[in-house]
Amino acid sequence: MTTTASTVPGVPAPVATEGSAPARRRRRGADQALVRYLFVAPAAVYVLAFFGYPIVKNLVMGFQAYDFTTFFTGHAPFIGLENYTATLTDPIFLRALRNTGLFTIGSIIGQFVIGMGLSLYFRRRFPLSGALRSMLLLPWLLPMIASAAVWRWILEQDHGVLNRVLTGIGLIQESIGWLTTSDTALISVIMVNIWLGIPFNVALLYSGLQAIPEELYEAGQLDGATGWKSFRHITLPMLRPVVGVVLLLGVIYTIKVLDLILGLTGGGPANATQTLATRSYEMSFIEFDFGRGAALSNILIVIALLFTVVHLRAGARAAEKG
Amino acid sequence: MTAATAPSASPASPGLAPRSGSRRRRGRAAAHTALGILFVAIMLFPVYWMVNASLAPGGNSLNTTVLPLRPDLGGYTRALADQGPNLVTSLIVAIGAAVLSLVLAAPCAYALAQFRIKGTGVLLFLILVSQMVPGIVIANALYTAYTPLGLINTIPGLILADATAGVPFAILIMRAYLETFPTSIVEAARVDGCGHVRAFWSIVLPVSRNSLITAGIFSFLFAWSDFLMALTLTTGESIRPVTLGLYTYIGTNDTDWSAVMATAVLSSLPAVVLMIAAQRYIAAGATGGAVK
Repeated sequence: MTTTASTVPGVPAPVATEGSAPARRRRRGADQALVRYLFVAPAAVYVLAFFGYPIVKNLVMGFQAYDFTTFFTGHAPFIGLENYTATLTDPIFLRALRNTGLFTIGSIIGQFVIGMGLSLYFRRRFPLSGALRSMLLLPWLLPMIASAAVWRWILEQDHGVLNRVLTGIGLIQESIGWLTTSDTALISVIMVNIWLGIPFNVALLYSGLQAIPEELYEAGQLDGATGWKSFRHITLPMLRPVVGVVLLLGVIYTIKVLDLILGLTGGGPANATQTLATRSYEMSFIEFDFGRGAALSNILIVIALLFTVVHLRAGARAAEKG
Repeated sequence: MTAATAPSASPASPGLAPRSGSRRRRGRAAAHTALGILFVAIMLFPVYWMVNASLAPGGNSLNTTVLPLRPDLGGYTRALADQGPNLVTSLIVAIGAAVLSLVLAAPCAYALAQFRIKGTGVLLFLILVSQMVPGIVIANALYTAYTPLGLINTIPGLILADATAGVPFAILIMRAYLETFPTSIVEAARVDGCGHVRAFWSIVLPVSRNSLITAGIFSFLFAWSDFLMALTLTTGESIRPVTLGLYTYIGTNDTDWSAVMATAVLSSLPAVVLMIAAQRYIAAGATGGAVK
């Protein structure tokens, strides 16, 4: 938004030079038009090959019996909706769908609430606030699999620091197998993902908060809007576009999380942390049934697409109103 | 609640307001800093614990103490022996993916921002949507395409696949910057007989150095952190990035946690180093890719 506004001052400049060398320009025009396309071409080819092709390929594979033998014979017969019916009637699919929903909702709520709290806190000016806030970004930059490894060690049943602390202060009697019992595995994975997502939420929400003009709060203060009231009536409405982006990106990133779950639990125990993404990986690369794997990942794309459409429509409605 | 306490603070002692007020303010600022440090300490505890466990004595972390008072580098020796080649693989792949991302993204971002040519709207839309595509979709398709092409277990195969994170991000970051770039500078150069390519190479690129660095750093970190492409597009031990090395390490080596944690520390080093050395580029990239 800011970027489009700031290009405006630059617009008159080319108009001023327009008349100075029209002939030379026209002569070079044809070659230069081609050159312009050459600027875009490599990236366009890459995007088509590494995003366009995979999407089309997954759509097609979803209708094929694409398995181990395909890699030897090259044959992948079309089997209609068989992959989808097999997927939808699979009890593990329903489990994975439910887990994906819980994982996404739980992670988003946790990340957003804590992220919002932290960005409001670090918005105040106090010594070291900038340095501390930038340190908060660290978990986001670490390789996810490294985070998964350390959390696995923290949550380890017999020697993990969490159980040692909890038994030490007498909060629990026996150590809990956070990642190894079906009751707690999903909750633990959600907790770790919340930890991972907080930095991203803080970064975006904080920059959104910075963009709210100080005068609004000063004016609000005169009308008695301080504390919760000013948050409710000034901060939240002003922050709405950023909140929309944060939540949408949060959902899109969260439903496809794979590294973290594979690193922490591998989808287990007994599918307790199986999601659509991990199940798709399992079908393709463990069972070597790429048709079923593709069907699952297509369902994942459709869900991501639905959220995007909802977000864009909400944005359009807000624009109409405003 | 704050609404009620804030106004009542001022009429409390109108007589000696200035001195005690500033002292109180300083006290409050110190309390804020202390609480801020506490929040950051809680958030970064796992990172601390990773370092702490990697230094645990006796070859395993089972007796990890709160502070590494007797640091033992044995974990690192074993980690380097087991994972050294994987670290090199990761470095090559990440640098390759960062370079590829910049080479593809920079001219494209410039064209999207400055040329009004047909089809750029569609391309920009595709780039925005591409960030939505789950990695497993790409992995599914690339595996089937890489197998006949012989790109499984190759460095170029991984570089091409890992750039899927860097390319769209770099295009969006650089385009956002180049939109603000005054057209008049390039126009003036073009009037002086400078072609698009030369104008781009000798004017646009040097001026957009900062956004190039931001895009490059993030493309590097994305590729360095990649796990899914490494997991699906390599099969043996010959070409194995450290993320995959760490993953298999957890599975096979869960008694030697100090070596596992040392590997985690080593694989986190680029992120930490870049966060300290290139802080402002990281800050620019953290928000730049998302809010448009």
